[in-house]
Amino acid sequence: MTILVIAEHDNKALAPATLNTVAAAAKIGGDVHVLVAGQGAGAVAEAAAKIAGVSKVLNADNAAYAHQLPENVAPLVAELGKGYSHILAAATSNGKNILPRVAAALDVDQISEIISVESADTFKRPIYAGNAIATVQSTASVKVITVRATGFDPVAAEGGSAAIEAVGAAHDAGISSFVNEELAKSDRPELTAAKIVVSGGRGMQNGDNFKHLYALADKLGAAVGASRAAVDAGFVPNDMQVGQTGKIVAPQLYIAVGISGAIQHLAGMKDSKVIVAINKDEEAPIFQVADYGLVADLFEAVPELEKLV
Amino acid sequence: MKVLVAVKRAIDPNVKVRVKADGSDVELNGVKMALNPFCEIAVEEAIRLKEKGLASEVVVVSVGTPAAQEQLRTALALGADRALLVETSAVLEPLNVAKYLSKVIDQEKPQLILFGKQAIDQENNQVGQMVAQLIGCGQATYASAVNHVDGQWVVEREVDGGSQVVALTVPAVVTCDLRLNQPRYASLPNIMKAKKKPLEIIAADTLGASVKEHARLLGVVPPQVRKAGITVASVTELVDKLKNVAGLI
Repeated sequence: MTILVIAEHDNKALAPATLNTVAAAAKIGGDVHVLVAGQGAGAVAEAAAKIAGVSKVLNADNAAYAHQLPENVAPLVAELGKGYSHILAAATSNGKNILPRVAAALDVDQISEIISVESADTFKRPIYAGNAIATVQSTASVKVITVRATGFDPVAAEGGSAAIEAVGAAHDAGISSFVNEELAKSDRPELTAAKIVVSGGRGMQNGDNFKHLYALADKLGAAVGASRAAVDAGFVPNDMQVGQTGKIVAPQLYIAVGISGAIQHLAGMKDSKVIVAINKDEEAPIFQVADYGLVADLFEAVPELEKLV
Repeated sequence: MKVLVAVKRAIDPNVKVRVKADGSDVELNGVKMALNPFCEIAVEEAIRLKEKGLASEVVVVSVGTPAAQEQLRTALALGADRALLVETSAVLEPLNVAKYLSKVIDQEKPQLILFGKQAIDQENNQVGQMVAQLIGCGQATYASAVNHVDGQWVVEREVDGGSQVVALTVPAVVTCDLRLNQPRYASLPNIMKAKKKPLEIIAADTLGASVKEHARLLGVVPPQVRKAGITVASVTELVDKLKNVAGLI
């Protein structure tokens, strides 16, 4: 059994989610190869070669792969993937964009967002906004799988010494092109990788009030998230959204401030180790999942909390 | 131009789902069903394209049991022109749905195919991408804005770090994210009118798609229940718990 893991990267750096995906591959067992498809991503290939447990890195360097357009990357993965027992990618917006195309090209189904590996062909995955956990057995010849990063502890980024092999194959479907992108800039840890997450909801009242959460987050070394209500109200950009339709996080500590705790939001954070809820409504559903609940006005509680930590 | 929208009958998003006692699946008997929320957004976008004069016809299609006619009628009441039901009682895997839809697309030849980004029941987030691959066209997933510029579909997408814009040749597949639009409600007169709009039923096995089983559902369990927490009286007590009990800060 040999497993192909698709590296998540931006041509400059390897994204941490790749380490969680390699961890899932290690649980399945067998040789693990990593594919870096990009342009000028030599540093990423070198980083991938150092990942513990990786035995080979395939580096497909081509202008067609620069922006990970699925029309170009999927045929490459499908072509290389034929020789593998499993093809894995992180369930990031990139992985979820590309992998179903790969599955269709190989005429197999895909298993989405696994959270555990039961055996080489059997996996667990949440369905219905995390309200049920399904055990699924794949009968496909090549198992195409996306991996929910929070389900697997990352493998070590150092310690491996895999060989890097250049892949010449160039697929340019010519049916799509990259126009531009706007990425939100933040000095705080990445939301999905942070050990502590402080999130605000509709109760924050406006975007300016998020400064209280930023101050608290900076003291805790935390990332700042938001509920869909806060995003829809325009308080913060949508890449901060935690929930079924946003990011799935599972930090050591999740502090929900002014968040009622709708199913949609809980699906994104209820696997956090410790949940703290600060809300003035003692009936808010968030208190049903919180380990520590504080019924208080957030505009008094958050600054006080910031002073005390 | 013609816009095709694929829609799914799914559990109502406000229903609290329960796992069946025998652990074989979730209980769907007697549970309220609805148009999947992301599909609603896709239908809304198609209707807006028609209102802007970009689309001449909006066709909605669903794959499933006869019960899905209810959701197709909903889409017609929202403004779609006609509906197609690919009827099958089989348990549907994403790739099989994608294969049926590709056959319908071959017949209908739309210039834009809209999907929801995922269905809230199985949460696969696959069918749109698979259809795009099967019909050999470009895709823009997680769309937050859809425009037609110089003969191309120019789509803004929500990605992990922010947003990205891609341009696709026609025809193209676009899967819709939450922020694309705010779906309208169907008015009573439109609900009445929708009853007269054409709804064609196509037997799935007449489409000539080579469907097969690729995965087996072995069982379903409820998620682990979190232990009941405690209510603290003050910020001081909260900090004390986090420091000395949980050891987190």
